[in-house]
Amino acid sequence: MYSEEYIASQRAEQWREDLRKQMKAPERTKKERLHMPELDPNIRNKNNEEVNTGLSIEQAVAEAQRCLDCVNPTCIEGCPVNINIPAFIKRIESRDFAGAAKVLKNTNLLPSVCGRVCPQEIQCEAKCFYTQKLKKEPVAIGNLERFAADYERNSGSISVPEVGVSNGIKVAVIGSGPAGLAAAADLAKFGYKVTVFEALHEIGGVLKYGIPEFRLPNEIVDVEIEGMRKMGVQFENNFIVGKTDTFDGLRDQGFVAFFVGSGAGLPNFMNIPGENFVGILSSNEYLTRVNLMGAAKAEYDTPVQIGKNVAVIGGGNTAMDSVRTAKRLGAERAMIVYRRSMEEMPARKEEIKHAMEEGVEFMVLQNPVEYLADKNGRVKQMRVQKMELGEPDASGRRKPVAVVGSEYLIDVDTVVVSVGVSPNPLISQSLPQLEVTKWGTIKVNPETMQSSILDVFAGGDIVRGGATVILAMGDGRKAAEGIHQYVSLKVLRS
Amino acid sequence: MNKIIEKEYLSPLVFKLVVEAPLIAKNRKAGHFVIVRPDATGERIPLTISSADIERGTITLIVQSVGVSSSKLSKLERGDVILDMVGPLGNATHIEKSGTVLCAGGGVGIAPLLPIVEAMKAAGNRVLTVLAARNKDLLILEKEMRSFSDEVIVMTDDGSYGTKGLVTQGMEMLMQREKIHECVVIGPAIMMKFAAQTTLKYNVPTVASLNTIMVDGTGMCGACRITVGGKTKFVCVDGPEFNAHEVDFDEMLMRLAAYKDEEAEAYRNYSMKKTV
Ligand SMILES: Cc1cc2nc3c(=O)[nH]c(=O)nc-3n(C[C@H](O)[C@H](O)[C@H](O)COP(=O)(O)OP(=O)(O)OC[C@H]3O[C@@H](n4cnc5c(N)ncnc54)[C@H](O)[C@@H]3O)c2cc1C
Ligand SMILES: Cc1cc2nc3c(=O)[nH]c(=O)nc-3n(C[C@H](O)[C@H](O)[C@H](O)COP(=O)(O)OP(=O)(O)OC[C@H]3O[C@@H](n4cnc5c(N)ncnc54)[C@H](O)[C@@H]3O)c2cc1C
Ligand code: SF4
Ligand code: SF4
Ligand code: FES
Repeated sequence: MYSEEYIASQRAEQWREDLRKQMKAPERTKKERLHMPELDPNIRNKNNEEVNTGLSIEQAVAEAQRCLDCVNPTCIEGCPVNINIPAFIKRIESRDFAGAAKVLKNTNLLPSVCGRVCPQEIQCEAKCFYTQKLKKEPVAIGNLERFAADYERNSGSISVPEVGVSNGIKVAVIGSGPAGLAAAADLAKFGYKVTVFEALHEIGGVLKYGIPEFRLPNEIVDVEIEGMRKMGVQFENNFIVGKTDTFDGLRDQGFVAFFVGSGAGLPNFMNIPGENFVGILSSNEYLTRVNLMGAAKAEYDTPVQIGKNVAVIGGGNTAMDSVRTAKRLGAERAMIVYRRSMEEMPARKEEIKHAMEEGVEFMVLQNPVEYLADKNGRVKQMRVQKMELGEPDASGRRKPVAVVGSEYLIDVDTVVVSVGVSPNPLISQSLPQLEVTKWGTIKVNPETMQSSILDVFAGGDIVRGGATVILAMGDGRKAAEGIHQYVSLKVLRS
Repeated sequence: MNKIIEKEYLSPLVFKLVVEAPLIAKNRKAGHFVIVRPDATGERIPLTISSADIERGTITLIVQSVGVSSSKLSKLERGDVILDMVGPLGNATHIEKSGTVLCAGGGVGIAPLLPIVEAMKAAGNRVLTVLAARNKDLLILEKEMRSFSDEVIVMTDDGSYGTKGLVTQGMEMLMQREKIHECVVIGPAIMMKFAAQTTLKYNVPTVASLNTIMVDGTGMCGACRITVGGKTKFVCVDGPEFNAHEVDFDEMLMRLAAYKDEEAEAYRNYSMKKTV
């Protein structure tokens, strides 16, 4: 994290002062926020191409001009990893796009990913001066972040971060999601010999098997992974730590510390009657079949059911990704069934908007209570109960309560259950001494991310129980720091 | 890694692969399985580790060709590499000395039964084995089973070998003859369903190893879920072995057929491609 003085000293640089003078503040604030160009909803809901097509250079520069380069840039507080936001935006304004990307990469390993998937409206953009004081649309920080990162990638000259002199010390990273990747990159920079172990055959965690192509093309993730290979990070796919080999087995091989970024992989179900009928599946299964296994493409062997009437239960990003996938696979009706109202929906605002444009039906304040099947056990209807919002509960959210006698039936042939995930217990099962919470998340020291076992550090969804890409990456970086301290002390002592 | 060292047909449809996988060989126990993906467009399918050789660093898989993925595997020859293989997965079989153990295997289910029979014998049990196949040609691993069992009974549907009849008839004969303390059954779901009903009649605690549809095999997707004792369980992480008397086999049969149409079409397309 940067100190206030550092941010102020950067702001005081001559070029930034000159830039501020080039356009007066009222002229900047008069400009309307530029909207991200998108594919036509009626075309994109039939293909898998990325919906947001990216800002052009002129659009990016114009949007960057809106940023006031505030004395007190509150936007930075809104970013969980405290990216020096005005420093990168002002570089875009001055057309130093590569320089903007570099500022981003100082703090964020995957700006091209975060620019696309961060819930900016509750993070950086929520704290922008425009939102807070002017009550106007915030500077499009996320879109600009994506622009700078894409510019760098498309220029073909991605800078590979400098790696410290190799110290030959082996550190294992478990899981190749954003938490693991961020930890691995920083550990490599410190000079460690890093091996990332991944259970699946693909590297990238949720970025690969969960988030669909139309929101985050796999190619973008692959380019970053390639960059990490160049930094000397080794990847071992098809390797489940705790199964393929134990922690002790890896210690015997010389690994002195571990970062666990194993994610919150276990899908929750609602435990209502009929939930195991054919045609009812978790969003993890649905998205994995399509994204990781290529089920929708003819040349791939993994099957997926092409539903006509698809109901997706839930209101988070996972639910939006599933329902929009269903639409793209050819569903006539693709429905979101959510027990609270539109306001409480946890998905990114942009995904909700995109889903609506693409023809997704939103059935809010409704909740399935039972599924009915045909004689082959294939789901054909679901019984839904209407809900209303009652008094706020302990978390401050208004609790949905069932409306008596409101049940009715909807025809469905595919149901995707997207009501949250639980931590994957593989690691805790293989480390009985590891302290976990009652939800199964790993307990860590929040400063160092060290667990109750001294050489085991953890972060991301396995600690938070389901969060965001940027928080997972922030944890990974913090843990890399923690591991570095731990190993340095240990080596000094021995 | 994942290089095929040996390949041998055990019956016209069932083949054995010995695959290089030193870590899996070292860490696997009876009851464990692997997930393999034959090639870059292939699906992930579960296969039991039938045996392992720690010194050679190999595991043995025994596969029956039933659809696209298993047929793709059957096309691999010695020296070829299975693109992806991960494991060992699942929980190991609970092996203890309980007295007399009845092990019943049907069809390709005989393959996963083999390491259990071996381990049960090694634990000091009296092991009675019933093997069932549609006909003589489809019976596999009889010699190996005999080497670890105190007695082996073979049942065939058509009477072409051993005794004519179903696996349950062989099991019943033994349960009437003597006190059985524990039973393990592995085979097609329908066979396990009737085997479980049979052992329930004789009050013999019974374990079945379930072969549900799987994707990741690590608890991430829920494709493998099944109702056991009224609760939903994930076969890949909670199993694959469960108390057979509590398994809802009708639900399992229904779920196994989930992709029947898609699988049949894929197999038609695959077979057509093969012939051109
Ligand atoms: C469909 C979907 C959409 C989402 N959309 C957004 C979004 O728009 N914005 C946002 O910020 N967040 C989003 N999220 C949440 C975000 O993806 C997660 O918070 C983030 O990926 C967590 O990162 P992680 O590194 O902790 O775990 P993961 O990304 O889950 O990666 C964990 C990896 O560890 C592997 N693993 C597990 N156990 C082992 C083991 N024992 N050995 C080896 N490997 C192991 C797993 O196979 C997996 O690849 C979404 C999540 C989903 C599922
Ligand atoms: C834990 C576990 C261990 C297993 N061990 C072995 C093993 O050691 N050797 C072996 O040959 N097979 C084993 N199986 C079954 C094997 O995974 C399937 O036969 C395989 O997935 C079929 O793939 P396919 O593409 O060839 O056929 P598909 O095209 O998927 O299916 C072809 C036909 O087989 C039926 N079928 C599909 N999956 C299964 C299944 N799981 N059980 C029964 N019938 C099925 C289908 O309904 C269809 O009629 C195991 C399964 C599990 C869950
Ligand atoms: S990483 Fe996310 S929260 Fe931080 S500035 Fe970028 S888009 Fe905003
Ligand atoms: S708060 Fe908004 S206007 Fe101010 S520096 Fe940050 S992005 Fe620019
Ligand atoms: S196979 Fe995915 S959870 Fe069991």
